[in-house]
Amino acid sequence: MSDVAVHSSMAGVDPYEPSLFGTYSKKIGMWLFLLSDSLTFGALLFAYTYGRISTVDWPTPFHSESIMNATLMTGFLLTSSLTMVMAVRAAVRSNAKAQRLWLLATMACGIAFIILHGREWSNLIAEGLTLPLFPTPPGEASNTEFVNVAKNVPQFGATFFGLTGMHMLHVTLGVVYLGVVALRRAFIPILFGFWLLAYFTIPSYSPFHYGSYVLLACAIVISVILWLKPKVYDASDIEVAGLYWHFVDLVWMFIFPLVYLMSTKI
Amino acid sequence: MDAVQLALEEQVAEQHRHHGRAQFLWVWLALLIMTAIEVYLAYQHMEPIRMLSILMGLSILKAGLIIAYFMHLKFEVSRMRWYTMTSLVFCLAMMLIFLPDAFRILHIGVR
Repeated sequence: MSDVAVHSSMAGVDPYEPSLFGTYSKKIGMWLFLLSDSLTFGALLFAYTYGRISTVDWPTPFHSESIMNATLMTGFLLTSSLTMVMAVRAAVRSNAKAQRLWLLATMACGIAFIILHGREWSNLIAEGLTLPLFPTPPGEASNTEFVNVAKNVPQFGATFFGLTGMHMLHVTLGVVYLGVVALRRAFIPILFGFWLLAYFTIPSYSPFHYGSYVLLACAIVISVILWLKPKVYDASDIEVAGLYWHFVDLVWMFIFPLVYLMSTKI
Repeated sequence: MDAVQLALEEQVAEQHRHHGRAQFLWVWLALLIMTAIEVYLAYQHMEPIRMLSILMGLSILKAGLIIAYFMHLKFEVSRMRWYTMTSLVFCLAMMLIFLPDAFRILHIGVR
């Protein structure tokens, strides 16, 4: 094959083989990553389904407030996908200002999703639906039904927190990814600021207090990457970042009905 | 970066330039409407299996719209579309092999 390339080059023809998938390598790489990541989420969704089928007294703990909260979260994620395609559209038209604004709008929707999801988790934990590995919040659990669920059907908490926690981690990393693409090195102090804010404002009995170290880890990794290889991100980088963001949105389209809507308390 | 990659990037960017804003707005609106239908269905008294079938059907439809339009797969070459989607569907379908075991536990219990 290399002989063919050399001979073609000598003959004045393009020395490279045409792309198998008709697109550039970065994009194919991201697609391969997303395919492998979809198996991670697929396994978690199947674990949830397995637990649900094999447990007779599977709880349906989500009252209307939780459903409204999750619906709002879904709305934010869907809107963030729209703003993301607008960012890609601005990028291919070389409109740098619009591209940055759309990316920041996408990040804002992602942050709103994380805040709403964090609030949901905190309420559930305070009411008694928790995991043994989570720190114990002060005071008595206010909802005996949730305490019983945590005690009698531990599969629910384990699969619920595992699945939604993994998704929340992906959204957080997606916001960081977009921040780097939109603001480059200027995002590093902002990320350190976010970590300090989370560390000092979230109480130590919340799992998010320890989760905030994800931001610190991201800030350190990004600092090293941007120090070693500073670059200006072009339209292809925005498109690749967009693929990741849409994937996070897509996964939620399965988590929302399977975990929340199928467990609605009517 | 080599010339081929740059040429491919420009080719893809050219495809993107032809997408109108209205197309994305319609897809976003359709996704929101389907989400609203899902929430409405959650409050209806329905057999769980029937509810699950409808909700999963809508979710697959929503996922299809996101992959096709937002992730641009509809506009990729057919080889890319087939390789990615068939491998994904095959691998996810393989996981279904575990579900009969869940039913077994439900009927005979855990010993």
